[in-house]
Amino acid sequence: MIQVTNVSKVYGGKKVVDNVSVTIPKGQITSFIGPNGAGKSTLLSMISRLTGKDSGQIMVDGKEVSQWKSGDLAKKVSILKQSNHISLRLTVRELVSFGRFPYSQGRLTAEDEKYVDEAIAYMELQDMQHKYLHQLSGGQTQRAYIAMVIAQNTEYILLDEPLNNLDMKHSVQIMKILRKLVTDLNKTIVIVIHDINFASFYSDYIVALKDGAIESEGRTEHIIQSNVLRGIYDMDIEIEEINDNRVCVYYA
Amino acid sequence: MTYRAKIGLLAAVAIILVAAFLFIDLGGSWDYAFPRRIKKVLAIILTGGAIALSTTVFQTVTNNRILTPSVMGLDSLYILIQTTVIFVFGSFTLYKLGSNANFLINVGAMILFAGVLYRLLFRREGNNIYFLLLIGMIFGTLFSSMSSFMEVLIDPNEFQYVADKMFASFNNVKTDLLIMASIVVAVTLLYFARFTKYLNVLALGREQAINLGVNYDYVVKRLLIVVAVLISVATALVGPITFLGLLVVNVAYEFMKTYRHSYLISASILISVIALVGGQLIVERVFTFSTTLSVIINFIGGVYFIYLLLKESKA
Repeated sequence: MIQVTNVSKVYGGKKVVDNVSVTIPKGQITSFIGPNGAGKSTLLSMISRLTGKDSGQIMVDGKEVSQWKSGDLAKKVSILKQSNHISLRLTVRELVSFGRFPYSQGRLTAEDEKYVDEAIAYMELQDMQHKYLHQLSGGQTQRAYIAMVIAQNTEYILLDEPLNNLDMKHSVQIMKILRKLVTDLNKTIVIVIHDINFASFYSDYIVALKDGAIESEGRTEHIIQSNVLRGIYDMDIEIEEINDNRVCVYYA
Repeated sequence: MTYRAKIGLLAAVAIILVAAFLFIDLGGSWDYAFPRRIKKVLAIILTGGAIALSTTVFQTVTNNRILTPSVMGLDSLYILIQTTVIFVFGSFTLYKLGSNANFLINVGAMILFAGVLYRLLFRREGNNIYFLLLIGMIFGTLFSSMSSFMEVLIDPNEFQYVADKMFASFNNVKTDLLIMASIVVAVTLLYFARFTKYLNVLALGREQAINLGVNYDYVVKRLLIVVAVLISVATALVGPITFLGLLVVNVAYEFMKTYRHSYLISASILISVIALVGGQLIVERVFTFSTTLSVIINFIGGVYFIYLLLKESKA
C-alpha cells in the first residue's frame, strides 16, 4: 500500500505540495487530476523518489520511501515521466530489456528474456521490436516505454501523463492496456491525467489537487459531479450519462 | 560486422601502429632508442586510455555527446599551477622540485579542486549537473586569465618554460612518473569496475536510472571522482590533452553504433591509442619534431567538432 502523510514540497519559497495526505487503494487505477500547477506531477515524483520531499512521510508497503534500498524499490514501484527523449541508438527490444535491470543488473537470464517477450507481446510491439526508437512515432515510442515498465514487473506503476501527445486511438489503446494490467495482473496504477473524461471512463479512484492541496478525493462517480468539478476547475461542467459512463462536457 | 569483429579490427590497427612506432628506423639501437620508445608508448597508452575512458563516462553521466571533462577547468588549473610556480619561484625551482613532486602537486591540486566543485554540486538537492559545468567553466576562464596575466609579466626566458608546459608532449616522460601514474590509474580502475554495470542505465537519463534502481547521486558522484582522477593524472603526466577525448569518443560512437559501454569504452580506448601513436608517428617522421602532438590532435579534433555541429544542426 502507498500511504502519503502530511507531505510538503517547497520550490523557491512557494509551496507546490502543501501538507498532502492520501492513501492509494490497491489493485485499482487512481487518477490524479487538477489544473496546471496543482502539484500532481510533483506528488507523483515524490512517491517514486525522483524528487525529495521537504516534510512528511511516504510509506510503500509499510516502509518509508527514503528507507528503501533504491534497487529493491525498483522491483516494487516503477515510474514513467512524460518527456522521454533519449539520443541513444536503442531498439525497442533493448529498451524493454532495460526494465529487467533491477533483477539482473544488465545480464539478462532466460527468465528475463521471457518477461521481455511477454511485455512486448502485451503492448503488441512484436513487429517493430528490432526497430530503433528514433524510427518510431510518438505513440509507438510511448508504447515501448510502457512495455519497459511492464517488463519491470512492479506491483505499483506510476505514470505521468501517459496520454501526452497521443491521438484518440492510441490514448484509448493505452488506457485499455492499463485496465487490463489491473484486472489480469492485479497491478496498482497511479496516473496523472488532464483529460477528465479518460479519468472518468477508466479510473476507479480520483484524487483532485488544486494549489498543492487535495481539493477532493473519492470513487470516480463521487468526483465526476458538476458541483465537485466546479470546486476543482472553477468552471461549470455538465455531466451526461452515456451507457453508464459519465461524460463531462466542458467545451462551452 | 559484429561488435567483436570491430573491436578486433581496432586492436589490430593499434598493434600495427605501435609496432611501426617501436621498430621503424630502430637501426639496431636496442639499448638506447628501444627502451625510450617503449616508455613513450606506455605513456601514450596510459594517457590515451585514461582520457578515452573518462570522457566516455563523463558524456554518459552528463547525457551530452559534445562535452569533455575539460569544461570542468582542470586543464586551465594545471597551466595556472605551472605558471604560478615559475612566476613566483622561477623556472629553476620547478627544475629543482623534481618531476615527482611537481606531478604530485598537480594531481593533488586538480583532485582537490574537483572535490570542492562536487561538494558545491551535491550539497543540496536540485543542483543539476549543468550547474557544475557552468561553475567549472567560470573557474576555467578565471584560471586562464590569471595564467595569461602572469605570462605577460614574466621574463621572456622564463615564459619558454611555461609555453613548454602548455602543450601535451610525450617526448620526455620520466620513468618514475610513469610508474606512479600507472599505479594511480590501476587503483582508480579497480574502484571504477564496481560501477561499470550502471553506465548503460545512466545513459537513459536521471529519471530512468532512478526508476531502474540506481542510487543515482551516489553512483554519479563516484563516477565523477573517477573522471577527475583520470584526467588529473593524464594531464599532469603529459600536459593538457583532454580535447582528444571528444574526438575519440565520438568516433567510437560512430564506429560502434551501439549504446553498450563495454564495447564503447574498449573502442574509444583503442581509437585513442591509434590517434596518439599515429599522431606521434606523424610528428616524428613527417614533421621531424617541428610541431607537437597536441597541435595535430587539436587540429583534427577541431575539424571534427565543426563537422559534428554541422551534422547535428541538419538532423
